[in-house]
Amino acid sequence: MIHSLFLVNSSGDIFLEKHWKSVVSRSVCDYFFEAQERASEPENVPPVIPTPHHYLISVLRHRIYFVAVIQSEVPPLFVIEFLHRVVDTFQDYFGLCTEAAIKDNVVVVYELLEEMLDNGFPLATESNILKELIKPPTILRTVVNTITGSTNVGEQLPTGQLSVVPWRRTGVKYTNNEAYFDVVEEIDAIIDKSGSTITAEIQGVIDACVKLTGMPDLTLSFMNPRLLDDVSFHPCVRFKRWEAERILSFIPPDGNFRLLSYHVSSQNLVAIPVYVKHNITFREGSSQGRFELTLGPKQTMGKAVESVLVSSQLPRGVLNANLNASQGTYTFDPVTKLLTWDVGKINPQKLPSLKGSMSLQAGASKPDENPTIIIQFKIQQMAISGLKVNRLDMYGEKYKPFKGIKYMTKAGKFQVRT
Amino acid sequence: QSIFVAIFFIFLNEDLREMLESTKESLKLEAMKRIVGLIARGKNASELFPAVVKNVASKNIELKKLVYVYLVRYAEEQQDLALLSISTFQRALKDPNQLIRASALRVLSSIRVPIIVPIMMLAIKEAATDLSPYVRKTAAHAIQKLYSLDADQKEQLIEVIEKLLKDKSTLVAGSVVMAFEEVCPDRIDLIHKNYRKLCNLLVDVEEWGQVVIISMLTRYARTQFISPWKEDGIFDENSEQAFYESDEEKLGTPQSKPYIMDPDHRLLLRNTKPLLQSRNTAVVMSVAQLYWHLAPKQEVGVITKSLVRLLRSHREVQYIVLQNIATMSIQQKGIFEPFMKSFYVRSTDPTHIKTLKLEILTNLANEANISTILREFQTYVKSQDKAFAAATIQAIGRCATNITDVTDTCLNGLVLLLSNRDETVVAESVVVIKKLLQTQPTQHSEIIKHMAKLFDNITVPMARASILWLIGEYCERVPKIAPDVLRKMAKTFTVEEDIVKLQTVNLAAKLYLTNSKQTKLLTQYILNLGKYDQSYDIRDRTRFIRQLIVPNEKSGALSKYARRILLASKPAPMLESTFKDRDRFQLGTLSHTINSKATGYLELSDWPTAAPDSSVRNVEVMEPVKKEISWTFGAPLKSDDKFYSDSGEEEGAGEEGTGSSSEDSSSSSSSSSSNEESDSESEDKNSKHSEETDSSQSDKSSGHSDKKKADKKKRLQLKKKAKKAAPKERYQMHRPPTHHPLTQELWNLRTFTPKMAYTHTGKKKNRKQMVALFLCVQVSSPVFVPMSSHELLHRMTGKGLAAQYHFPRQPCIYGNKMVSVQLTLTNSSDHTLEDISIGEKTSSGQNIHRFSSIERLEPGASVTVSMGIDFNDSTQAANFQLCTKEDQFSVSIQPVVGELFLPVTMTEQDFRKEQGKLQGMNETSATITMAPENTSNQALSKKMVSVANMGVVPTGEDSLYRFAAKSVSSGDLVLVSVDLTDSSSGRLTINTEKTVIGSMLLRDLKTALAQP
Repeated sequence: MIHSLFLVNSSGDIFLEKHWKSVVSRSVCDYFFEAQERASEPENVPPVIPTPHHYLISVLRHRIYFVAVIQSEVPPLFVIEFLHRVVDTFQDYFGLCTEAAIKDNVVVVYELLEEMLDNGFPLATESNILKELIKPPTILRTVVNTITGSTNVGEQLPTGQLSVVPWRRTGVKYTNNEAYFDVVEEIDAIIDKSGSTITAEIQGVIDACVKLTGMPDLTLSFMNPRLLDDVSFHPCVRFKRWEAERILSFIPPDGNFRLLSYHVSSQNLVAIPVYVKHNITFREGSSQGRFELTLGPKQTMGKAVESVLVSSQLPRGVLNANLNASQGTYTFDPVTKLLTWDVGKINPQKLPSLKGSMSLQAGASKPDENPTIIIQFKIQQMAISGLKVNRLDMYGEKYKPFKGIKYMTKAGKFQVRT
Repeated sequence: QSIFVAIFFIFLNEDLREMLESTKESLKLEAMKRIVGLIARGKNASELFPAVVKNVASKNIELKKLVYVYLVRYAEEQQDLALLSISTFQRALKDPNQLIRASALRVLSSIRVPIIVPIMMLAIKEAATDLSPYVRKTAAHAIQKLYSLDADQKEQLIEVIEKLLKDKSTLVAGSVVMAFEEVCPDRIDLIHKNYRKLCNLLVDVEEWGQVVIISMLTRYARTQFISPWKEDGIFDENSEQAFYESDEEKLGTPQSKPYIMDPDHRLLLRNTKPLLQSRNTAVVMSVAQLYWHLAPKQEVGVITKSLVRLLRSHREVQYIVLQNIATMSIQQKGIFEPFMKSFYVRSTDPTHIKTLKLEILTNLANEANISTILREFQTYVKSQDKAFAAATIQAIGRCATNITDVTDTCLNGLVLLLSNRDETVVAESVVVIKKLLQTQPTQHSEIIKHMAKLFDNITVPMARASILWLIGEYCERVPKIAPDVLRKMAKTFTVEEDIVKLQTVNLAAKLYLTNSKQTKLLTQYILNLGKYDQSYDIRDRTRFIRQLIVPNEKSGALSKYARRILLASKPAPMLESTFKDRDRFQLGTLSHTINSKATGYLELSDWPTAAPDSSVRNVEVMEPVKKEISWTFGAPLKSDDKFYSDSGEEEGAGEEGTGSSSEDSSSSSSSSSSNEESDSESEDKNSKHSEETDSSQSDKSSGHSDKKKADKKKRLQLKKKAKKAAPKERYQMHRPPTHHPLTQELWNLRTFTPKMAYTHTGKKKNRKQMVALFLCVQVSSPVFVPMSSHELLHRMTGKGLAAQYHFPRQPCIYGNKMVSVQLTLTNSSDHTLEDISIGEKTSSGQNIHRFSSIERLEPGASVTVSMGIDFNDSTQAANFQLCTKEDQFSVSIQPVVGELFLPVTMTEQDFRKEQGKLQGMNETSATITMAPENTSNQALSKKMVSVANMGVVPTGEDSLYRFAAKSVSSGDLVLVSVDLTDSSSGRLTINTEKTVIGSMLLRDLKTALAQP
């Protein structure tokens, strides 16, 4: 299936290659570079590029292109999904997946890739199994290894691959047994000029951090499971139980994992927690434009809107922006024309605003379109859909675990058209 | 400088060689790490091969693994040296540790050296029969590697594939199907026998394997089942339910043959549906394409929600999913219409995502939503991304042609865009307006005039050319403007682009023909200019036009037709989606994405016109244990011998009857002998029997079954006529409404024999012998039947009707996969309850055999009925409705794991043998501490059998107790052994393939033994 993998950085250099079958010359990437040149933005490189003898399927993450070379028919999503898993694994191992991190850990990367694919077909992609096979590098371990000459490769052979719960490693032991669940909801919305909602959806995930000894069997139930319109599960969740009782029953993987992602039906009305008042005008013939923006909270159930960040791609004709922020700081990059305003927390008594003028290129005509405003924010301790976890029970083990649940609402793709 | 670099490398290599040859492990490891670094950067490190290979047998695992990496990379280039390492792997292939065996096979098969092909072949064959499923999985992977190394081995490899396809482990399934797809995708016959097993295993296979299996099964189903799309008209209106009901009625008129879905076809659809919830986008997409290609049209809708969910994923995933949605939305816009807003474009989307979303929005446009879509498009047209704005204009054009209501609005909007400042937008608008006007040439002279006015300001050649063409084409509608435009063009002709020049010549010619008075001189001037143009295309065209329109002696006959040639009415261009013909490729494939056939693309065949024989998927003697119930349980109830008066003369017939009374005779016929009979024959006998059954039991049958009886008779007559009909007709006759298709035949028979067991005089003896060959296991009667019953419905909630259930631990007479349950219904109200039955609707997936409805239950009276539930070897509760005449109560039966078994007896020797087969991952064990009361021999046994329905296996040892059972649904053995170390503690071990059940049972037993 997957023949070879090339890692290409943003300047177009191949800095790592791995082949699972016979070696494919790296000149095959020339087709990719061609496409890269043609694309105006890094994201515009098409994910699938046919070449005379091979097909290149690539993903772009952390400014690195992961280019897989394919020789024959394969579902493209199969490859794409796998490449994303590779990136997730790297991130899991090295904290962040940058060119430097990969270069520093090239041996671990190679060992991982070797385990993840056999003859181009995915073999072990569960992080729990991989971690048993290859220990993630830590500073302490690196120091110990250089002194004692011991290795990163696990001494005992992984049994997880053989068990019925391949996602969980065996013989887990903790002194503090804890299970934390984060319910994170993101609002995707498009708000039009007049402030009315064009489309709004809630996408939620439940991320878990479970550190429990032995083989615990957990059940998680919701107060209002009907809210969840469409769900996808970690493989550990027993689907039939969910179908019948709307209860999440599972033997959790060890450590961090995404238990569930869900979608709250777009038929329900979504409460939009912030509003934006804006007045952005360019006048014909004048080299000045006005820019006014005020943010305010609404429908937040008394919770504070935090970490607000406003960004907007101003039209190409804008040379500079002379603005005044009532709180926070703003920056304008005259090259990329990107305006960002780090607002921080919204104080309902004193609404944050950003006002001032923009100077335009002399003689340039008025831009056709006003810029779109993209807003990011966070609201702690609230799930905007109203989803509530009812209880969490543990079976199969004797100890009493410490349980915690946290709710958060974030802006997803939240755009305001002006 | 390059020499310098080369020298540097030689030194470096020398250095590494020394390190590798040192005696220190850490130095060797360091050297290997550096070498891997070189390989990763694409540098050549092949020179070090001899030094590296020496370390292949190292004790250090990391060092060994790195050597493997090196070996696999360079073995092809250094074949002779690579052979040195082979013996190490051969030795490791015999290692007692399965993981070492597997990894040795993995590396051995990855070494691409043709000489070792025979060794590989041998290793693969051996590994394919390994006890460990993990090693077998590795063998499946190795098949593909060997095949790509030496395609001549195909025949032998197919044999191995055939063997591995029969494997029941979920670990192997995905890998072997992958090998099948790579080596022999055309050998569909290998799949037949494994089809049902693959469908049933699918949910538990790892996610990557699921993708491969699903796409293989899609192809398989397209060759084996008939199209469910035949009567589109009916399908769209009726729900599935109504559809099946109408079948029953239609039976009387055999000439209109209604479509009945093959139960195997349904099985595939049902088993893949839960996978839409997978977190793996590739799995979701593959299920979506399966539904698209295989499901009846009205069921395809289930995939939309999941596909829309994928749009939240990474941009690459979005790209592929949107492409597939684009193709789907052309054919069935209905299913995506409710999700229209999910395709709204965000300013941050990459351009290719934007254009795909636009494509989908255009496909979804209809009279009802067009105004919303057009409003949205208005925003897009203003986008700073000009390529996207241009695409939007084309989309508007398409909407305008498809929906006639809005054509005028769109045209007006596009005309407004003509005054846009951006050239690309203007150009695109002109081109689209041109196309639109061509489709609707009536009374648009205003727009043409407007465009003529704008002509001076438009500089994009394509747009100028389009305007010129438009004016020429409709020059009679704008008689005053056209010559003026030509005059202007004559002035600027020399500086125009080629495409504009060509259209100027065209315009001149057309005007010459229609209005020669005003334009004769202008035309001649332009033709003269064209005659001396630099481009030969234009010189050619000019010469041609001149000969055509200016009559002279030489021009001959052609000029007579000049008018008809130049001013012929031209067909309007079709504004079509670029995804229109994409559906020739299977969705979700690479070929679909790149819109051309990729190497190795396997065509999805059309549905066969007549259904191929469906009996090929029947599996004989697959699970011998399971079959046993059908006769052993009959033994104690041997009472109806007389009833089977004719079974003596026709053994086969008696057997058939048995088969259908206990299980689905078509899906897994009870023995190989019955398989030899032709389908129609056995069918006939089958029904004959049922009829007899029917008459002899008529006093017992209720009103409900009376109706069925009539039905059955009618069917029987019909069947006699159509004895030689195609096998699929069988299903047609038997299909009851909304029932589990696999057991449908059974269902028919069961309804009029609600409380009766069959006995098998016929071949009983033979069969027992046969079975003895397979396994020395006998289902025995339960050792202990707990009397405790559980509450099903409290009298308060049940408005006077109280229900309790109890597991009698008898083999279920309704189906051998079912657990029998006894219900005790009590009327504690003050009035008579009527018509107590189980409602038609069961929410969960279990198969439930209902008790026949109770007509009257007097106040204070109680009645005990029995029913069967197929829990499918899980402790998931069975939910159903208990109905009285007035009310319905939802109730659920939650089985204890111990009730999902049937006790078996076996000898100690067999027990040990079976236990030996179920080692490793199939074994769970725990240490137990026991309450003092349980330590005695009898108490322990009693405790054990009260928790679970198990049989006691006699043992010779004192402190060792053994119990055996098998799961009701799948018939897998469950072996329990308790080894007492001292009086109050011991070790409890459970061996079973059903590991989940095993661990649950372990837990239950452990707690039970700890309690007094």
